[in-house]
Amino acid sequence: MSENNRQIAIKLSGVKKMYKLGQIGGGTLQGDLQSWWARIRGKEDPNTKIGQNQRLVGQTFMALNGIDLTVYQGEALGIIGANGAGKSTMLKLLSKVTAPTDGEIDIYGRVASMLEVGTGFNGEMTGRENIYMNGAILGMTKAEIDAKMEDIIEFSEVREFIDTPVKRYSSGMYVKLAFSVAAHLDSEIMIMDEVLAVGDMAFQKKCLTKMREVASKEGRTVLYVSHNMNTIRQLCDRCIVLDKGKIIFDGDVEKAISRYTGEINQLCTHYEYTANYHKDRRSSDRFVIKELTFLSVSQPKYAVGEKIVISFSCCVLRAFLDVKFRFETKYEDGTIVGTMVTNKSEDFPANTTKSISISIDTTYLTTGIFSVDLIAFQYDNFGNESYLDGVYPGFSFEIIEDANNTSNLVWNHRYWGHIHLPDVVIVEDS
Amino acid sequence: MLEVTNTEKYHTHITSKKKWFELNLKEVWQYRDLIVLFTKRTFALRYKQTILGPIWLFLNPFLTSVMYTVVFGNIAKIDTNGIPHILFYLASTAIWAFFADSINRNAQTFTSNANVFGKVYFPRLTVPISNILSAAIQFCIQMLMVGIFLAYYVMQGMVSPNWLYFLLIPLCLLHLGIMGMGFGIIISSLTTKYRDLGILVSFGVQLWMYGTPIVYPLSEIGDGLLKTIIMINPATMPIELFRYAVLGQGTVIPEYLVLSWIITIVVVVLGIMIFNRVEKTFMDTV
Repeated sequence: MSENNRQIAIKLSGVKKMYKLGQIGGGTLQGDLQSWWARIRGKEDPNTKIGQNQRLVGQTFMALNGIDLTVYQGEALGIIGANGAGKSTMLKLLSKVTAPTDGEIDIYGRVASMLEVGTGFNGEMTGRENIYMNGAILGMTKAEIDAKMEDIIEFSEVREFIDTPVKRYSSGMYVKLAFSVAAHLDSEIMIMDEVLAVGDMAFQKKCLTKMREVASKEGRTVLYVSHNMNTIRQLCDRCIVLDKGKIIFDGDVEKAISRYTGEINQLCTHYEYTANYHKDRRSSDRFVIKELTFLSVSQPKYAVGEKIVISFSCCVLRAFLDVKFRFETKYEDGTIVGTMVTNKSEDFPANTTKSISISIDTTYLTTGIFSVDLIAFQYDNFGNESYLDGVYPGFSFEIIEDANNTSNLVWNHRYWGHIHLPDVVIVEDS
Repeated sequence: MLEVTNTEKYHTHITSKKKWFELNLKEVWQYRDLIVLFTKRTFALRYKQTILGPIWLFLNPFLTSVMYTVVFGNIAKIDTNGIPHILFYLASTAIWAFFADSINRNAQTFTSNANVFGKVYFPRLTVPISNILSAAIQFCIQMLMVGIFLAYYVMQGMVSPNWLYFLLIPLCLLHLGIMGMGFGIIISSLTTKYRDLGILVSFGVQLWMYGTPIVYPLSEIGDGLLKTIIMINPATMPIELFRYAVLGQGTVIPEYLVLSWIITIVVVVLGIMIFNRVEKTFMDTV
């Protein structure tokens, strides 16, 4: 893949975008006139904060702080980053919605941007009228829309309702129609901001397939912003990570994703539990979970079915008998997955620090990042549970697809949960 | 090879540097279908879920004219040079409504479309242009009504229009349309920052109407400062020219007509300059 003979689709050099914080311009003509009149007379600006030379509103914020990026034709580029990293600002600049404060952008080709689904849709107009409207806003001529009308209606799956005002549509139908219009644009560059987070599963899949097709077969360039790493994986062949208005990673999709998810979930192999972890401190400091280490891995990343081997240590002041540990497991988005409990109890003699090695079975977990709260507890003589200590979150690990996995099942976390229960066995008739 | 030509054809260069005057008419032309659709939408949506529907297009100006006839014609007894009051006011409100619409609607270009403008790029100028177009269509519809009354009064021998001057009516429309758009986009560009103007504009336009010979003919004003002011008012001359054509009565002074054109061009150039500046970044301030 020599990059020299590939056609450039988008080139950004030194692009910056500055936003003003707070009330912009004071909002009223009166305020501006006051300041202006004061300046003319050489007096102090009445709208200035005392001791400052700038207007109160003069604080600024760099949404993009020097972006250099070259995207080649036919590439499907994923853009990821935390909220406020500058993803949407970048797309806004590329789709010419707003202009950069500094720097230059060159775009080779027509841009179809979908920063929002159904821009310009009007509830009073029918589906068909809205297709014309939406298409025209996105830069198609009427003849082009006519030529594609059948495809659009077909793709949208709302044929029966095409002559009904869209205000009577369900939100799903609305989105399907809108995406169909954008997907059928004759453009060289497609810009999408998290638009696939809508519609039902079947339609989402259809959209992804369509977009992949657009990039690989028709040689169009796709820029795609999403927080859903799975869609990024499926669609993109290159990915950049934005952080605080800068590109901190550019290249391979998997590496970009692990860079980004590592950034938020702090995937590390060794934890020392400082006071911050022990937020729920009910017992006195007699039982303390001290530290934890992932054994025999350089990164806490495991294929489905692999055993996670961990060693952690607890420090006790007095003796504790029959202590068990609970592992409350959450998915990366915070939903509770389930809880594991150690299979037997441990005894702790007074004034010791004891290390415990455990092994976690990941057979039934699905791909993604899991974080685990580790809680120590024991049962008293009456069978009541008493809480000893807990660390929140105890540790995190990532489950990746098993390379040997031959089934083509792509797990849909949103609707199927995060546990892949044991296979259902089809009993052969005798 | 098609790809290559397309990518070269649609090369866009975006920079932070602002040009003062940039009238990208070629791009606007590419989006001509959008202008048509915007115009259609204006009419399609205005009378949705009303019982009378498009009849309002006629009823509205008709009722206004009747009101003016009663108030200014019968009560205030303003002399209209022998033209029947109802016809005088129908024609006057038709042309004024066109001008006022051009200002009022364009004054809201940015604020009322912020939603769409913020999400997708298309030449922003398409919106003001479609506004002018729908105002012009509305004018034509009203002219149908004027035509009916005119035909009646011409047959009665009460009015004698200058038929040859009818050819100048499109010029009047162009004149007022450009002027209205100029003022409208200046206001809309400024309203992105100062919302006060948006509130002021409908009042201002109403005030302007009384400073323009709409409810009275220019000939009714005695010589003096007031007349000079009214004649300098750039809307006066094209409206008098229009009435001279349709009603056969009107005071057209070529010097002032030229002055009005000069003001119009200055305003529209200034308007496009401000519009250009604002359209690039207005999303950040609106």
